Amino acid sequence: MNYPLSEEERIIQKTARDFATKDLAPVAEAANKEGTFPDEVYTKLGELGFMGITVPEEYGGVGLNNFSLVLVLEEISRVCASTAVTMSVHNSLTNWAIKTYGSEDLKKRYLPRLATAEILGAYALTEPSAGSDVSSVRMSAVKKGNEYILNGTKIFISTGNKAGAVIVFARTTPDDRKHGLSAFVVEPDFPGFSVGKIEKKMGLKASTTVELVFEDCRVPEENLLGEEGAGMKIALAGLDGGRIGIAAQSVGIAQAAMDEAVKFSRERIQFNKRIIDFQSTRWKIADMATAIEAARLLIYRVAKLRDEGQPCSKEASMAKLFASRTANRTAYDALQIHGGVGYTEEFLIERLYRDARVTEIYEGTSEIQRLVISKRVIEEYEKSMPE
Amino acid sequence: MKIITLLKRVPDTEARILINQEGTGIREDGLKYVINPYDEYAIEEGLKVREKVGGDSKVTVVTMGPEEATELIRTALAMGADDAVHIVDPLLENAGPFTSAAVLAKVIEEEGFDIIFCGKQAIDDDMAQVQTILAEMLDIPQVNVATEFELSDDGKKAVLSRRIEGGDEKYETALPAIISCEKGLNEPRYASLPGIMKAKKKEIRKKTLADLGFETKPQGGRAEIVRWLPLPKSGECKIVEAEELQDAVKELVRLLREESKVL
Repeated sequence: MNYPLSEEERIIQKTARDFATKDLAPVAEAANKEGTFPDEVYTKLGELGFMGITVPEEYGGVGLNNFSLVLVLEEISRVCASTAVTMSVHNSLTNWAIKTYGSEDLKKRYLPRLATAEILGAYALTEPSAGSDVSSVRMSAVKKGNEYILNGTKIFISTGNKAGAVIVFARTTPDDRKHGLSAFVVEPDFPGFSVGKIEKKMGLKASTTVELVFEDCRVPEENLLGEEGAGMKIALAGLDGGRIGIAAQSVGIAQAAMDEAVKFSRERIQFNKRIIDFQSTRWKIADMATAIEAARLLIYRVAKLRDEGQPCSKEASMAKLFASRTANRTAYDALQIHGGVGYTEEFLIERLYRDARVTEIYEGTSEIQRLVISKRVIEEYEKSMPE
Repeated sequence: MKIITLLKRVPDTEARILINQEGTGIREDGLKYVINPYDEYAIEEGLKVREKVGGDSKVTVVTMGPEEATELIRTALAMGADDAVHIVDPLLENAGPFTSAAVLAKVIEEEGFDIIFCGKQAIDDDMAQVQTILAEMLDIPQVNVATEFELSDDGKKAVLSRRIEGGDEKYETALPAIISCEKGLNEPRYASLPGIMKAKKKEIRKKTLADLGFETKPQGGRAEIVRWLPLPKSGECKIVEAEELQDAVKELVRLLREESKVL
């Protein structure tokens, strides 16, 4: 794979790959089997700078870009997609939101600790009645003195029970669907914050996904992110970064699945032949490799666009849609190549197959991505039409 | 304290090595290169010594190798080394141990040194000679294949261990000395992202043979590589089959005696 990566980018990629294969792999295997959260991994990731990739140096981060972030996420995801999603939420959503919209005080209080993984980040937008439909958020935030009082429930919050800083979206003006939403930085020890149900998921078992319950949760007014009413703008702007992160996670899963398929089919003999020498296997591998390559290039391009500050919602949706589809198709075919043993916990492909599934669901389902893409295509067409 | 660490660019340990058609070297197309793994222990030990001594101690990486070695030198700088000297000269392609040692000795003398760390061998040609020739040329002691290293408090000497069959050998050496490093000596750190950012500003001084005052490639080694040969192909595996096990054994013995003539 010779992408035109710079020397610096190749070194970043190598550090991520070496860490993933040497340090992460043994921990990941156990954590995914037992469904435990490997806290110690994040301390190491913090030391390497991987938890503050895009955080400016003055706030204790590395000051690198989204492109470096996707290189790292792919490598981590090849070994543990659970770790990758925790990292993606932390870097692409929590760090990003505070860095982009936080006051100087918020940046100083949270970014240095997030960048070193002293605390982890979470991002609480989804509710039982609101997900991609951001304007349906019901949770309320009422100003009382110098505090906001939050009431409501958030669900499916990655890292929600492990985070030290949670970005929470709540309604400050009940009847204004568009401008009534605000975002807050909430700490778990704020009074009225509690963790509800911990989901038992099909995959990503070394990450946590929880319900967060806010009962008269008191948030100091300084912890308002941006201005009152900026919530919608922040939520929509955050989508691109989140989607790019999950696209990178998807391509990592796909690459790992293909690697497993090639390894297995070179060793497995049937009818006196390695099964990799059957054309049916070869065609699968060719299709996997081609899709992975294409997905990776979509991700590289959108990461570059975002780094240049260009609008990239369509491209982010395309990368997410195609990469998540690729992860699932590749994991499916790779498991098929394994045959019966692939359906057992003995083989890594079993975990990859389960982990791949959610990539077509979270950070916007494939259906939502298609809505975004088609809407942009139609807009572009209409703009180009003569008056 | 001035610490020198030697770094060689070698094919990845997992790479499949093929000999070129002319038998003059290996096929480099598509080959991935890494820092010689034993040199990583050398870099790490250099960094640890610098951290212990503090002050204006400095770790300088010295590499002889093609232009492409820059990326690996930059990786060492990202691990924490302070600066580097990179000797690049087309005349040094496929240089033997004597030539390499003579060039490295010149650079190391120019740079000044209190201690030199290197890998116990490079995993490409496994010769493990440069360090010894270098010690001779610089007229300093050497301890090879070190698994433990402890600098004395005054920084004038060091205590080392070598793992041998059945136990450890303890050494004490005066400094300056050259130490070749073995797996187990330490756990090399990663090139962290902050390290990678810092490394961008660190200096790599490029030098040619002429810059070092050599008019031609230094020679003096008595041995010379004449030709590189691929490994002989392993033979076909034959499975002896018969209805009865006894017959299969008989046939196997006959084949071993008559065909492969090993009995």
